[in-house]
Amino acid sequence: MATLKLEIVTPEARIYSEEVDMVTLPGLEGEMGIFPMHIPLMTQITHGEIVVRKGGQDHFLAVGEGFVEITGERVAILTDMAIRADHIDEARAEEARKQAEARLAQKLGDEETAVAQAALMHSLTQLGLKRRHHR
Amino acid sequence: MPSTRDIRRRIKSVKNTAQITKAMQMVASAKMRKAQQAALAGRPYASLMNEVLAAATAGAGEFQHPLTEKREVKKRALIIISTDKGLCGALNTNLLREAAKAHSPTTVYVVAGRKAAQWVARLKRELVAEFSYKDAPEFAEARAISKFAQELFLSGQADAVDVVFTNYVNTLTQKAELRSLLPLGRLQKLEADIRGNGASDDIQPGSAREYSFEPAAPQLLGNLLPHYLNYQVYQMLLEAKASEHSARMVAMKSATDNAKQLIKDLTLEYNKLRQANITKELLEITSAAMAMGN
Repeated sequence: MATLKLEIVTPEARIYSEEVDMVTLPGLEGEMGIFPMHIPLMTQITHGEIVVRKGGQDHFLAVGEGFVEITGERVAILTDMAIRADHIDEARAEEARKQAEARLAQKLGDEETAVAQAALMHSLTQLGLKRRHHR
Repeated sequence: MPSTRDIRRRIKSVKNTAQITKAMQMVASAKMRKAQQAALAGRPYASLMNEVLAAATAGAGEFQHPLTEKREVKKRALIIISTDKGLCGALNTNLLREAAKAHSPTTVYVVAGRKAAQWVARLKRELVAEFSYKDAPEFAEARAISKFAQELFLSGQADAVDVVFTNYVNTLTQKAELRSLLPLGRLQKLEADIRGNGASDDIQPGSAREYSFEPAAPQLLGNLLPHYLNYQVYQMLLEAKASEHSARMVAMKSATDNAKQLIKDLTLEYNKLRQANITKELLEITSAAMAMGN
């Protein structure tokens, strides 16, 4: 069976690079399932979760905003945040959320607000994913 | 002929210098490790981004984004990314030599780092903006620089924007390089540069495929291109920092080694002189005693 090479890269590291059977992305206009032999596509993703199907098992990752290049045999994801579900530290994410909210509550410049907003979205995405799967 | 006391004093001062350079070497090597890691970790992202962008611009068909517009270059803006502090060997000298090569009478300068600012001021060239960046460069700092460059370009104040920075090769080698930033049409060359270092081999470069876009190409490229530029500048800051700390570590190490050698030489000279003095005194005493005895 054909497989897809999934690559997820953030500015800090290469998070994921494996052959997978299918991947579901949080597209701008809703979820998007990508199978091998997909037509070449450029798209954007938003905060949410990526579902990777590999050998009959589903793996979950929390991701931030980013860009995706899809060809028939490869899915390349560039994003500012990506973390596997089992690597999410709930306490730390919660901490980060509180900190980001506190910073947003202060009056800040545009740049700082954007940074805090992004941090908040990151932690919320991680928390959402963690809670949905471990209840 | 210096007295023993003069030499002793010099040894002491050289020892102090050695202590300081040794301390700076330690500090630089700790920072170096962090900066190198950051620079290397960012490379896969940068190279993948290059591929995505190359594929996107090639596959976008007719659409032209304002940032890719090629104009006749009447006025060029040059961004120089230098260090704030000296004591890092020939790093800034090489960097500024590279910058000087790119100079033409209409060039305007944007600088990041104090050394470059001083250089531009000394040569009385036109400085349009000065930025600073921290020891661990932040994305927001890169975004500020990149945004300014884009504004210069889009408003027509500059027809091309280039960057001079120090590319980190390894601890002993850093290379001052000139790269073009805007317009983005000149991208292919840059991409070839970057793929050489750190890109994974199993990725095939995007061939001339026809891509679909979702959202539509103008909107997607409108988001992707500025992000690409921001990130490009960010990676350059990281590379510059890694180079700076590496160069400083090496410079301080050789300074410490030189000081140690100097101490060794001075100590030898001191001992010789001391010995000579003792011999001289002994001679004087014995000859005086002989004179008295007779």
